[in-house]
Amino acid sequence: MTELSAHLPQFQHGQLTENFPDNHLSNTNDNSERRRHDTSDRRRNDNPESETNGQPQNNIQQVVEQDEEEDEELTLKYGAKHVIMLFVPVTLCMVVVVATIKSVSFYTRKDGQLIYTPFTEETETVGQRALNSILNAAIMISVIIVMTILLVVLYKYRCYKVIHGWLIISSLLLLFFFSFIYLGEVFKTYNVAMDYITVALMIWNFGVVGMICIHWKGPLRLQQAYLIMISALMALVFIKYLPEWTAWLILAVISVYDLIAVLCPKGPLRMLVETAQERNETLFPALIYSSTMIWLVNMAEEDPEAQRKASKTSTYDKQAPANQTQNEGAEADDGGFSQEWQQQRDNRIGPIESTPESRAAVQALPSNSQTSEDPEERGVKLGLGDFIFYSVLVGKASATASGDWNTTLACFVAILIGLCLTLLLLAIFKKALPALPISITFGLVFYFATDNLVQPFMDQLAFHQFYI
Amino acid sequence: AFFWLVSLLLASLIWFISVHLSDREDAKLQYSLLIFGAAVSVLLQEAFRFAYFKLLKKADEGLATISEDGRSPISLRQMAYVSGLSFGIISGVFSVINILADSIGPGIVGIHGDSPYYFITSAFLTMALVLLHTFWGVIFFDACERRRFWCLGLVVASHLLTSGLTFLNPRYEASLVPIFIITLCTGLWAFITAGGSFHNILKCLSCKQEDDSRVMMYSALQVPFED
Repeated sequence: MTELSAHLPQFQHGQLTENFPDNHLSNTNDNSERRRHDTSDRRRNDNPESETNGQPQNNIQQVVEQDEEEDEELTLKYGAKHVIMLFVPVTLCMVVVVATIKSVSFYTRKDGQLIYTPFTEETETVGQRALNSILNAAIMISVIIVMTILLVVLYKYRCYKVIHGWLIISSLLLLFFFSFIYLGEVFKTYNVAMDYITVALMIWNFGVVGMICIHWKGPLRLQQAYLIMISALMALVFIKYLPEWTAWLILAVISVYDLIAVLCPKGPLRMLVETAQERNETLFPALIYSSTMIWLVNMAEEDPEAQRKASKTSTYDKQAPANQTQNEGAEADDGGFSQEWQQQRDNRIGPIESTPESRAAVQALPSNSQTSEDPEERGVKLGLGDFIFYSVLVGKASATASGDWNTTLACFVAILIGLCLTLLLLAIFKKALPALPISITFGLVFYFATDNLVQPFMDQLAFHQFYI
Repeated sequence: AFFWLVSLLLASLIWFISVHLSDREDAKLQYSLLIFGAAVSVLLQEAFRFAYFKLLKKADEGLATISEDGRSPISLRQMAYVSGLSFGIISGVFSVINILADSIGPGIVGIHGDSPYYFITSAFLTMALVLLHTFWGVIFFDACERRRFWCLGLVVASHLLTSGLTFLNPRYEASLVPIFIITLCTGLWAFITAGGSFHNILKCLSCKQEDDSRVMMYSALQVPFED
């Protein structure tokens, strides 16, 4: 699985679904992961009301129903905020890609193709070109499907080490090798004199900090910045090495595949989501962009596990009641309630013993969860593969369109509106959704329409200096 | 912006079809087809502005029902302003960005006998257009809200007039000056429609703090019980 090819290896872009890290990374394979926003877990554990541990049982049912209604309102109310939280990184990624394409000519120069797209597009007839591009797209898509299925199989049989190793090697390659090439090309474009020692130092620092931020812990903003940068690098590689028609075909087919893989009951990504949900596990890092800090869920459990899990990580869902983080140094199995908290509670509601049995009973209640989540802090997750394909679309539009900036802007607006609609659907359906289809469809429609219809019209108008 | 783009797409489609169905060589015909295309585009833009108004009305009702106090967090006037501004921005950007990109490169303006003031007049025209779209958005939404259809007609007519005036380019005194006069008048009209007045300006400029007439209750000791 780690053979290196003569051409640049492809990377995957992570696809995301909320709690399931779904990344197939391999050095040689290009995987596109599906991205999904999965708020189902959050919905289950969300409880905007304060905790009701210790209160009389008859209030709990009413609170449960009230919670569900308020959940709906809060979802819609805070949905706009999440949309903006995703607009910014997607826009940044696209800006980086477009800026690079416009200034660095390396990424628009034809320097051969990858082994995943062996058929050339420099053919004599249009029919031959079409056939070649269809074959290229078919090969690429089958590679992606195989990789996805491989990842699902690995995940199902709990080969976590393999997946982790795969992910780490992938991000190593991206962070060191591709960024080295990128830096080299930027220097060439601006004719900056540079020595190898400085470059080595810069790349080393960049790469190591990136690895730490993405795979371990780091400031949220820094992690987000790194994820945006690696998505942009990956998108640039795609733009450079995929020929014209192949690229558009791949974009179209990938969004169809995304739709199928996420929504069909037998789809690999859906199976992945469900398996991870059953195991109640969190996502793998490095393939998902998350807009907020995530704290691991800690329910008041048996002591050893509580101690082990009561640590803050830099990814995933934020669900942590405040009192449970005071768990350090608590005695045997007080359920995570510290002494002061118990005293306070006794003063307020009267002495109620929190025994393991009572805690178990409370935990068994449906949505009356032990986690109180500040709704404002609930973030949305988007897979890195989505970032990459959006940027590929916009980058290709800016590289090859005759309408130039008009086409780029039209595709940009179309993709953002698609993302908006996807998030709206997410708020309504509350389950993992593919983020690619709507945006890519809008993007493709607008690209071809703007390039062929709007461009001549605007050109003529600008020529005569007419304004509409 | 999306709605404006869709309207532009449809208008270009119509223009494209008409051009392909006609005689390519006839310059006069192509010129008049261009004018026809521009007029269709203006009408479609206003139609899509109306469609956007309908959509926002629906969203406004939805927001009002799910909010805590029965009122939506954004007023219709704010939505009108944002809608007009975004129409203006996307329209301006589409008109001027290629010109801006070309203005970086080497070249001489007007070397073939066209006006040498092309860039600066484009800039001014684009600015006027962006402002006009913003004002039209405010007036349009208010007119739809209060069902004053003569206002609607006036907005559409002024848009057509502005677009028509640009056909007089490069006689800039005939096109730029009237367009700026129209911009000022429309701006004043939009200001009055949005509830502004001389009084408001004075109050704003004098930076006086308004007394808050609401009474606030503080209860720092206990969180009130909520059943």
